[in-house]
Amino acid sequence: MLAWTIYITFAGAVLLLFIPRAFSRWLALLITIAGFAISLIALFQTPITDLAHFATIVSVPWVSALGMNYHLAVDGISLTMALVTGIVAVSTVLFSWDVEHRQNEFFFWLLLVVAGSYGVFLSADLFLLFFFYELVIVPKYFLIAIFGSTNKEYGAMKLTLYSFFGGALVFIGILAAYVTAGSLDLNHLAQFQFAPQLQLWAFPVLFLGFAVLAGTWPLHTWAPTGHVAAPTAGSMLLAGIVMKLGSYGGLRVAMNLFPQGFQMWSKWIAVLAVIGILYAAAVALRQSDLKFVIGYSSVSHMGFVLLGLATANALGVSGAVLQMFSHGVIAALLFAVAGRMLYRRTHTRDLDALSGINLGRALPFAAFTFVIASAASMGIPGLSGFAAEITILIGAWKAFPIAVWITGIGMVLVAAFTLRALKKSFFGDGTSSVRVQEGRVLVDSDWKEQPDISAAEKWGAGLLMFATLAVGLYPKLLLDRIQPAVEAMRFLK
Amino acid sequence: MSYLEFLKLASPEAIVVLTALSVLAIGLASARTSAFCSFFAALGLGIAIGAVFLLPQNATLFAGMLVISPLASLFKIICISLAFFTVLLARNDGASRNHGEYLAMLLLATIGLMLLVGSEELLMIFIGLELTGLSLYVMTAFDKSDVRSAEAGLKYFLFGSTASAFTLFGISFIYGMSGATGLAAIGQKLTPGPLQPLLAVGIVMTLIGFAFKIAAAPFHLWAPDAYQGAPVPSAAFIASGSKVASFVVLGKIVFIGFAPVKGSADWHAMVAGWSPVLAALAALSILVGNLVALAQTNVRRLLAYSAVAHAGYTLLGIVAGGRDGFSATLFYTTVYAMTLVGAFGVVGLVRRQTGGDDFSNFSGLWTRSPLLAGCMAVFMLSLAGIPPLAGFFGKFYLFSAALRASGNHGLLWLVALALFGSLISLYYYLIVLKVIFVDETATDTLAVKADLLSRTSLTLLALLVLFLGITPQILAARIIASLP
Repeated sequence: MLAWTIYITFAGAVLLLFIPRAFSRWLALLITIAGFAISLIALFQTPITDLAHFATIVSVPWVSALGMNYHLAVDGISLTMALVTGIVAVSTVLFSWDVEHRQNEFFFWLLLVVAGSYGVFLSADLFLLFFFYELVIVPKYFLIAIFGSTNKEYGAMKLTLYSFFGGALVFIGILAAYVTAGSLDLNHLAQFQFAPQLQLWAFPVLFLGFAVLAGTWPLHTWAPTGHVAAPTAGSMLLAGIVMKLGSYGGLRVAMNLFPQGFQMWSKWIAVLAVIGILYAAAVALRQSDLKFVIGYSSVSHMGFVLLGLATANALGVSGAVLQMFSHGVIAALLFAVAGRMLYRRTHTRDLDALSGINLGRALPFAAFTFVIASAASMGIPGLSGFAAEITILIGAWKAFPIAVWITGIGMVLVAAFTLRALKKSFFGDGTSSVRVQEGRVLVDSDWKEQPDISAAEKWGAGLLMFATLAVGLYPKLLLDRIQPAVEAMRFLK
Repeated sequence: MSYLEFLKLASPEAIVVLTALSVLAIGLASARTSAFCSFFAALGLGIAIGAVFLLPQNATLFAGMLVISPLASLFKIICISLAFFTVLLARNDGASRNHGEYLAMLLLATIGLMLLVGSEELLMIFIGLELTGLSLYVMTAFDKSDVRSAEAGLKYFLFGSTASAFTLFGISFIYGMSGATGLAAIGQKLTPGPLQPLLAVGIVMTLIGFAFKIAAAPFHLWAPDAYQGAPVPSAAFIASGSKVASFVVLGKIVFIGFAPVKGSADWHAMVAGWSPVLAALAALSILVGNLVALAQTNVRRLLAYSAVAHAGYTLLGIVAGGRDGFSATLFYTTVYAMTLVGAFGVVGLVRRQTGGDDFSNFSGLWTRSPLLAGCMAVFMLSLAGIPPLAGFFGKFYLFSAALRASGNHGLLWLVALALFGSLISLYYYLIVLKVIFVDETATDTLAVKADLLSRTSLTLLALLVLFLGITPQILAARIIASLP
C-alpha cells in the first residue's frame, strides 16, 4: 500500500498541469494528505516484526537486460522517513495556501519533490533509488528560481549544481557496486562481499556524494543560501525532506553496501560531523537574517545525524534516524514561522529590525509556535529534538567519547543562537514602535492592519507541533520500529 | 540473383528514391504546391518504413555491399522516422522557397543514411557518406536570403570534403594492408598484436572522417556555424539523422573491420589501437564542448557545442566495446537524435515568430506558449540527463557499460570526466530553462503560435522522450536483440 504514496503524488503533480487554477491548492492538499494518511496507516498497521528487514512491497522487472527492477521495499527506517515526508508535505501545502503567482506550476514542482522523496525512501533497487534521487533536483531549482526571494537565481543554481555534483559522486559509487556485483538489488548487494580495496575508495565517494545533500560541512554552503533564497515552502521541503535524502542514502546505500569501507572511514565522518555542529552553530550566532540563522541551525542539526551514523552502533544510528525525523519536523516549523508567519507580515527578516518591533504581542500564535520550535531545536525534554539527540549522544559515548564532550559545547552554542534569534525576533525591547521597510507594507503600531494568522497556517503549525510533541513524549513509537531495522544492517555485525 | 530480387531487398531505398524524384517533379511543376510536396514526402517515408518491415531477417548482397540484418532494419526505421519528423518541421519553414527541391535533397540524404546503415563494405560506406554529405551541404546553404546560411554551407562543405579526403585516403591504406574492402574480410586479415605504422595511419585517417561527421573535437569547428546558420530543419537533420547513421557505421567499422586492433584505453594500461584514439577524441569533445557551450548566448550555437559534448559521451560506448557498449551507444544516439529534432522544432517556431534564436528571443516563452516551453524543458532536461527522461537512462547505460567493459575499472577516468561534463552541462541547460521560465517577456514580443501539426509532433516527441525514460527497455531490448 505504501507504494501508492509515490503513485498518487506523481499523478497529482501531472493532474495539476491540467486543472483550473482555483482547484490547484485543494488538489495539492488532498494529495499530500492522502500520502500522509497512507504512511500513517502503514505505521500502525504493519506489524513491528515485519519492519525489521527491508521487506518487498512491489517488484516488477523493469529493464531486464541490465538487471533493473522496479523494486520497492519498506522497513522501520523507510517508514519513518515516509512519515516525515507526509507530515512535512501536508504542512508545506498549508503554508503555501496564499501563493497567487503561477499556482498550478508551484504545486506541480512541489509535488514532484515530494513524490521523488517518497520514491527514494522506498526504493530497494539502486537504479530506482538514484532515479528518484536525481528527479528531485530540478523541481527544487524551479521552486526557488521562480518563486523565491533574496538572490533567488544564484541560490537556486548553487543548490542545483551542488546536488548534481553530489549526484555525480553517488553515480560513480553506484556504478562501482553495480559493475562489481552485477546486481542492482539493494538486499542482494547488502549480502555481497565487496573487496576491501574497492570499499576503501568506493565508500567515501558514495558517502560524500550523499553527504552533499545532507548539508555536511564543508559541502554545506548550498544550504544557507538555498534556504534563504527559497520560498517558505521551498525552505520547508529542503530542510524537512531533501536534506534527509542525503543522510538516508548515506545510511541505506553507502554504509549498508560497504561496511568495511565505512569502518575505515567512520572516525573521519565523526570529525566532519563535530566540526559541522560547532562551525554551523558558531556561524548562526553571528547572522542577522533570521532565515540564515535557521539555515545554519539545519546544518548543525544534520551534524548530529552524521555523528549518529558514524557511531556504527545500533543506538547511535537509530538516534540518527530519529533525528532525521525530528529535524524534518522542527526545521519545517522554524522556516514556516520565519518565512510565512513573520516575513509576510513584516517584510523583513533582519533580527535587529525585528527586535525593535516586539512581535510577540502582535502575533501571539506565531510567537508560541516559534517558542515550541526553538525549544525542540535546543533539545528541551518532551520534544522530539531531545529524544533524538540524547539517543545519538549515548550511542556516540560508546564510540567517540571525545566527540560527545565537544558536541556538548555545540549544544550550548545551539541554545545560544536559538535563544538569541527567539528573543530578537519576537521578544525585542519594542523601543521603536513603527518601522517602514522601503515603502512596503506599513508595520503598524497597533497591528490592526496585520492579516491574522490564517487557519491554514494554524493547521500546518499545529500538525508539526503535534508531531514533535508526540515523538518527544513517546519516542518508542518510532524507535521500536527503527532499531530492529538498524540492527538488521550489516555494518553492525 | 535476378534484378527483381535485388529490387525487393532494396525496396525501402528504391521507394525513397522514387519519392525524392516525384517530389522534385511536383515542386518544379508548380511553385505553390509546397504543402502537397510535404505530404507526398511524408507519405513516401511512411511507405518506406512499411517496406523495411517486409524485408527478410538477414540477407547479404554483393559481398556485404548491401546487408540486411535486424540492426540495419531497425536503424533504417529510425533514420526514416527522423527524416519524417524533419519533413514535418520543414513544412512551414519560411526560408525555403523551392520546397520541392529542399525536400528532394532531404530525401536523398536519407537514402545516404540508409546506405550507411545497411552496408558492411568500405566503398559503399564511402558512397553513403558522400551522398549524405553532399545533400546536407546543399541543405545547409539553402536559405538564399541569409548570408549566414551561405557561410555555414561553405564552411561545412570545406571541412566536410577535407574530412572525406582523409577517410578515402585512410580506406586506401587499409585496403593496401588487408587486400579487402568488406569489413568482415578486413577483420579476418588484420592480425592482433603490435600495430603496424601504415595500418595505424590508415585507421586514424578513417576515424578522422567519422569524427568530423559526429562533430567530435577537434573536428567540430564546422558545427556551430552549421547549426546556427543553416535553415532550422537542415540543422535538425544534421544533428539527428546524420549523427545516428554515423555512429552505427562507425561502430560497425571498428567492431567488425578493426576488431583485432582494438587496443585499450584503460588508465595506465593504454595499448595502441583505435580505442585510445576514440577515447582521446571523447575526452577532448566532452571538455571542449561543455566548456565552450558555457559562453553561448544563442540557443542553436549552444546546442551545437552541446552536440560536441554529446558526441564525446556517445563515443564512450564504442570505446568500451562489446555488445554492451555498442548497444548503449546506439540507444544514446537514438534518444539524442529524437531530442534534438524536438529542440530544433521549438527553436524553429520561436525563430519564425520572433525573428531570432538568441536567449532574448526565448525570454518568458512560458507565458507566450506553455506547450512549447514545456516541450523545450523536456528536451533540455533529457540532454542534461535528468530522470524521468530518456537521457538519464541513456547516460546510466553508457557509463555503466564503459565501466563494466574494462577490468579493474580501467575506464573510470573517462566516466568521471563525462560526469564532470554533465555537471557543467546542467548549468547551461538550466540557463536556457531559466530564460524560458523565470525571465519576464519583453513587452513587445508576441505570443508564439504554433499550428496543430507542429504542436502535435512536438508533443509526440516530448512524450516519446519521457516514455523512453520511464520504459527504456522497449528500445533497449530491441537494440540489444538486433546486435549479433
